[in-house]
Amino acid sequence: MIGLDSATVRFGSRTIIEGLSFSVPVGRTLAILGPNGRGKTTTLKAMLGFQPLDAGRRIAPSIVGYVPQTGTSNQRYRALDVAVMGRAAHLGIFGQPGPEDFAIAHSALERAGAARFADHYFDRLSGGERQLVLLARAIATGSEALVLDEPAAALDLHNQERLLTLLNTLRQPRDKAIVFTTHDPNHALSSADDALLMMPGGQPLFGPVAETITPQHLENLYGVPMRVVELAGPSGETHQAVLPAFAGIRAA
Amino acid sequence: MVRRAHLARQTLVFSGLLALFAVAFVVSLCVGRFAVPPTRALELIWLGATDPWRELATIDERIVLLVRAPRVVLAALAGAGLALSGAALQGVFRNPLVSPDILGISQGAAFGGALGIMLGIWGFPLISMVFLSGMAAVVLVGLISRINGRSETITVILSGLVVSSMFSAVVSLLQFVADPNTSLPAIVYWLMGSFATATWERTLIAAPGLIIGGAFLWMLRFRLNILSLDEAEAQSLGAKTNRERWMVFGLIAVIVGSQVAVSGIIGWIGIVIPHASRLLVGHDHRALLPASVVLGAGFMVIIDTLARTATAAEIPLGVITALVGAPIFAMLLRNHYRERSGS
Repeated sequence: MIGLDSATVRFGSRTIIEGLSFSVPVGRTLAILGPNGRGKTTTLKAMLGFQPLDAGRRIAPSIVGYVPQTGTSNQRYRALDVAVMGRAAHLGIFGQPGPEDFAIAHSALERAGAARFADHYFDRLSGGERQLVLLARAIATGSEALVLDEPAAALDLHNQERLLTLLNTLRQPRDKAIVFTTHDPNHALSSADDALLMMPGGQPLFGPVAETITPQHLENLYGVPMRVVELAGPSGETHQAVLPAFAGIRAA
Repeated sequence: MVRRAHLARQTLVFSGLLALFAVAFVVSLCVGRFAVPPTRALELIWLGATDPWRELATIDERIVLLVRAPRVVLAALAGAGLALSGAALQGVFRNPLVSPDILGISQGAAFGGALGIMLGIWGFPLISMVFLSGMAAVVLVGLISRINGRSETITVILSGLVVSSMFSAVVSLLQFVADPNTSLPAIVYWLMGSFATATWERTLIAAPGLIIGGAFLWMLRFRLNILSLDEAEAQSLGAKTNRERWMVFGLIAVIVGSQVAVSGIIGWIGIVIPHASRLLVGHDHRALLPASVVLGAGFMVIIDTLARTATAAEIPLGVITALVGAPIFAMLLRNHYRERSGS
């Protein structure tokens, strides 16, 4: 389980989040949505324990598998050596990863679909490939909680599709609490059970995707008219998709 | 398959580095005013190692075992310690351009040494004074940079700069008031760095700090990989970044303090050697630390051998390390960024 319990964060006189409560139990996935500057990142940092809380508390296991947007290290490590770093918390300060840890790292790379570049240097991989390696590192921590910071932000449409498929594969065993932030409500529809909408006026909306990802709530959230359309999938099943209507809808 | 190629390459590189060090070690025992043939030098090492307390009868025994051997061993230890400190520090700061001088250790230690020489202190008390003032500089950097319970990388670097310039100003003042006939030349020569005064006794004084500090850094090799990541990433993997970073600084202070105490300030090794090692074995500290140790030891022995044999008088080490190190560093820097912008 991971989440926040009546958490408040202030930067000086500015309140970023106030009395925010939500929790993600093992087996469920949460998407955090909202425009820039409404505290998505702050909420994420608060959950990870990087952001001290002015009030309230965080609910989290001692180690949370964290997937940053891009690996910020300029050091030249092989992807496998990056993935094995996920074992650090189990090894302690003077510990060295052994064959068992490398086996765990390797299976994490496989689970993240990154096994084929295990021996490549991390800094030579593309943005999307790096993200998979960082995901493998988060899986290798063995934590029951996974937190992904805007996993789709830097990806083209093809790689977004692959990432969402991968997220759904990770969700399938229902053995992890997964949280990700995104700008696209469609990502919540495709890969989340619950959504947290960072509404204007500081009253976030938390609930199952079916109740939160609605045209009305999304219009409130982004301040743009939104439409939900039904699309037929390849085998006849229907999917929902959310479209921003931009300026054209008012004229129509 | 790729992994096997990687392993084969590492093995080759390490064998090469060890061979370089072994050759440098033996050559250094042989060359000088009184030349000793290599076979005789090896024989003497064997005799000295198997029976350290024997009477040294002949002149070549005395020269090799009492004059050159302690000097070569001390140079190797100092070079290894400086290179290791540089590699660890660059990892922790996530910046390949920082060197052990940056924490103010060298200048702090220089102050202790200059003051000691001026007061006419010798031997072990002088060495302890150097060591303690180096540690005091690091503690001072820690106190200045600690804001709201934690220290940011940039404030640590700037505090190091502040403490360094403060101590170097005081060292200049001490030189200004020192007696030009007696203490001034001693201070100036010591500040330039030299192994000329090496004896087994001095080597034994410096060795514990260098070896213990080095052993702890070696144990931290995987942790250094973690600490070289972005702050948030390292914390999410379970590292107590602030505390662990200061632990590394403390170990480096022990190593550099011990080295400065017996051989003065030696620049460039801590920055050039880790750079070269990174090019050879990559950035992973599990390979980088041992490569830096062996290359640093070998390089220091070669430089020291040049210092005492190139001219009739001994050239200060600091001069040669700067003359050799700076161009190598410039070359590495250009290659590094050319490759980066090319990829």
